[in-house]
Amino acid sequence: MTQWSGYFGLILQGALVTIELTLMGSVLALFMAFLAGMGRLSRFFVLRALATAYIEFFRGTSIFVQLFWAYFVLPFIGISLTPLQAGVLALGLNVGAYAAEVVRGAIQSIGREQYEACTALNLGRWQGMRHIILPQALLVMLPTFGNNAIELLKATAVVSLISLTDLTFQAQVVRAQTGNTLVPFTTILIIYFVLALLISWGVRSLERRMARGLDGVRA
Amino acid sequence: MEWDWNFVWEIMPTLIQGVKITILATLLGSVLAAIVGLGIALARRSPNKALSRTVGWAAEFIRGTPLLVQLYFIFYVLPDIGILLPPLVAGVIGLGLHYGTYTAEVYRAGIDNVPRGQWEAAKACNLSATQTWTNIIIPQAIPPMIPALANYFIAMFKETPLLSAITVLELMNQAKSVANTYYRYIEPITLVGAFFLVISLFSVMLLRWLERRYGKIER
Repeated sequence: MTQWSGYFGLILQGALVTIELTLMGSVLALFMAFLAGMGRLSRFFVLRALATAYIEFFRGTSIFVQLFWAYFVLPFIGISLTPLQAGVLALGLNVGAYAAEVVRGAIQSIGREQYEACTALNLGRWQGMRHIILPQALLVMLPTFGNNAIELLKATAVVSLISLTDLTFQAQVVRAQTGNTLVPFTTILIIYFVLALLISWGVRSLERRMARGLDGVRA
Repeated sequence: MEWDWNFVWEIMPTLIQGVKITILATLLGSVLAAIVGLGIALARRSPNKALSRTVGWAAEFIRGTPLLVQLYFIFYVLPDIGILLPPLVAGVIGLGLHYGTYTAEVYRAGIDNVPRGQWEAAKACNLSATQTWTNIIIPQAIPPMIPALANYFIAMFKETPLLSAITVLELMNQAKSVANTYYRYIEPITLVGAFFLVISLFSVMLLRWLERRYGKIER
């Protein structure tokens, strides 16, 4: 009988790496999403062009290619990244590009009258965005952000291919050492699924919290 | 290290080989996803509660776990129970199943969008369940969902590099083997990115055309 407890510890370590990657990637993605999403709505042509180029580039090429590019090509132009840094960078930039479109869509979905009310109250562009538009748009973005976070969680499996010891990598280690494929892979599938459920549950409760007191106000 | 055009032309034929396999995998995967998605959508509408619940949960599970792990599962675990699949077949099954759970949602929305009156009219004309589906509902439900389906097929195309992890000799794998032979990463990996960007941009143009052609519901 194989000593499963030791191997299970290995898989738990992998789960920690996966969670860490998901969290750090999500933070970067969130940052990039607001930067690029609001950039696309900017008054200045240069900002709009930069944001569009970023979004189209990262949505047009595969996350896998971006990760390999960050890990294998960047060192040749003088930027050496650890696997973790490359992973967070690629995941965050990739998912950030998708989420940027969510930010743009949500901001645009806020009715014209809200903008007009901002003008009527003599709020500056930034003040109006900060106090009136974003609080309403955030609620629209939240469910899609949840889906994006799950996509990011699933994309973390790819980092095992640049030798980062996440769940998938550890499952491969266990497979190599025990010769058993069914147990490790089934275990990590279940762990991934539970993590995805946790994300969607967390986002839903956050949404309920933020929607409190807005009944009847939301379009 | 410098960008070397001679090297680019030298490796181009190998990469083109890979592109062919990538496109083949995407096409086969799309066909499978279209069929699986319809199957899941129909099963979830079935009056048999056990069937619709089970299929619903299975789809949810597949959607919440990474494609890479599913590919490993199909490629490494199934041989244990005697099903030995060639890498490409395993890859196509993985892609088809994974994206089938997404296209199922598209079908669901498409079917829900067929007006109630059509169901009632079919009943009034004394059509059987099969006749209703094949002659009334499906022909009306499919055209509006073509753009959404195509969207997922483009997403699938961008996931095909994952197949390199189960030794399918597609674009990414060809590039990696070239890179490992000559120990030059810049050109192969950048070219893979360029290939993906170009093909995705073309597909997006095709998608826009599909949206114009089929996006609106005909009166």
